[in-house]
Amino acid sequence: MRHSTGLAALAIVFGTTFATATAFAETAPKDVAFDEYGEVAESLTGTAGDPESGAALMDRGKGNCIACHQVSDLSELPFQGDIGPSLDGAAGRWSEAQLRGIVVNAKNTFPDTMMPSFYHTGPYIRPGDGFTGKAPEGELPPILTAQAVEDVVAYLMTLTDEQN
Amino acid sequence: MTKTLRYAGLAVSVLALTAMAAGAQEVVDDQLVVNGEIPIVTEAPAPDYASALGTIRSGWTFRSEDTQMMQADDFDNPGMLGVEAARAAFNSEMGTGGESCASCHDDPESLSTVRGTYPKWDEEHGTVQTVEMQVQECQTERMGMEEPYGYNSTDMINMVALLSSVARGTPVNVAIDGPAEATWKQGEEMYYTRYGQLELSCANCHEDNYDNMIRADHLSQGQINAFPAYRLKDAALVSVQNRFRGCIRDTMGETFAVGSPEFVALELYVASRGNGLSVEGPSVRN
Ligand code: HEC
Ligand code: HEC
Repeated sequence: MRHSTGLAALAIVFGTTFATATAFAETAPKDVAFDEYGEVAESLTGTAGDPESGAALMDRGKGNCIACHQVSDLSELPFQGDIGPSLDGAAGRWSEAQLRGIVVNAKNTFPDTMMPSFYHTGPYIRPGDGFTGKAPEGELPPILTAQAVEDVVAYLMTLTDEQN
Repeated sequence: MTKTLRYAGLAVSVLALTAMAAGAQEVVDDQLVVNGEIPIVTEAPAPDYASALGTIRSGWTFRSEDTQMMQADDFDNPGMLGVEAARAAFNSEMGTGGESCASCHDDPESLSTVRGTYPKWDEEHGTVQTVEMQVQECQTERMGMEEPYGYNSTDMINMVALLSSVARGTPVNVAIDGPAEATWKQGEEMYYTRYGQLELSCANCHEDNYDNMIRADHLSQGQINAFPAYRLKDAALVSVQNRFRGCIRDTMGETFAVGSPEFVALELYVASRGNGLSVEGPSVRN
């Protein structure tokens, strides 16, 4: 795990050159292809996402999606936010390509949305080094790695039921 | 709805009798009346330039009943310990001239119009000054102190808490025009700037989403009429600009320094969004 996170960070620094030089062709944040509606059709990694890891990423310190969204399937996690819509039944409302586009950079689907861009490297206004409040040293990795995005999307695809 | 203050905490205290004698302290219809005698305006019509809010609301209106009630009685408000410390400092000699604040200002009560009108344009220095800067100015220029209180030091936060406490119930009324206008505009622009890797502006949370939950937090309008705030989580009084620092840090952003010109501008702008509320500090927050 540690190993692959490190590689993902490097892939950003060296962009496509690095990616093509390795066995797995991971798409760097700036190379992601969106269609005009903000959809991303192609997997970022070519490796199928793991919904279980995706569910874990919905929590604090990772994607922290439930800071803003309610998800009944994760009701064991306390204090779910209500800034964005409930994600119950998201897979019925959106295709996989649309969900990938929303997680990678929701601003292409919902202009000016408050939702952060999870697979994006800026430019940002006064980016910080995580939650330290200090300036970062060197380039920032995206908030989620490419595979983490695939895992989250795989998890969202399991949310077929409207619950309440 | 009438909320009657509970005396459980006080029952064990020697102050209990005094507090009981002070009469019926109640939070009536969600109205904050401190010590049963200082009515606080916690909701007011928004000024024109903050019309997106419709009604401006003190952070007090967003807190739990327990937290609200702690602020309704000085005996229950832990922030008042800082006020008492500053009251002693107010009367103590500082610096080289053997002077205290009281040498020029009688008592803190004589400064009750200060808190609600700061940050304020200072003609002599040609800049907008916060209360902290004004205290530092007195200390260095009038009292001969080489080392004034640090901007975010405990001594300073306590002194600002004292100046707030004597101003409780007076309106927030900062001037935004004339020479202060450029600074105010700078603050306004900052308020709507999406900082950090999460690209969030003050307005995203405190204008577009107040009353919503962000994880465990019930978002308020981010008003500053109630500062310094005693944060139960930190068990300490927190200054306005330290709160700003925390909020920008939470955007995964690089913060500005407490006391920086940027934060002074932001403080003027945010203060002006509360014009019409009462000065309320030191408040109690979770
Ligand atoms: C800071 C708030 C915030 C965070 C954090 C956040 N979102 Fe969102 N999200 C929103 C908002 C607001 C919308 C509504 C879009 C708009 O602006 O109109 C939204 C919309 C969505 C939608 C479309 C929902 C629908 O059915 O219409 C999905 C799917 C989604 N988010 C997934 C996620 C995932 C997955 C994460 C974490 C990896 C996440 N969000 C993190 C605020 C957030
Ligand atoms: C990611 C969301 C978020 C952003 C962005 C944000 N804040 Fe906050 N802020 C909070 C939360 C959560 C609290 C604690 C609950 C509350 O009072 O709203 C808070 C509290 C405050 C308070 C204390 C209010 C009180 O009565 O105790 C102030 C003042 C404040 N914020 C100002 C700002 C300013 C100014 C900015 C922009 C520089 C900002 N915030 C950006 C989430 C945010």
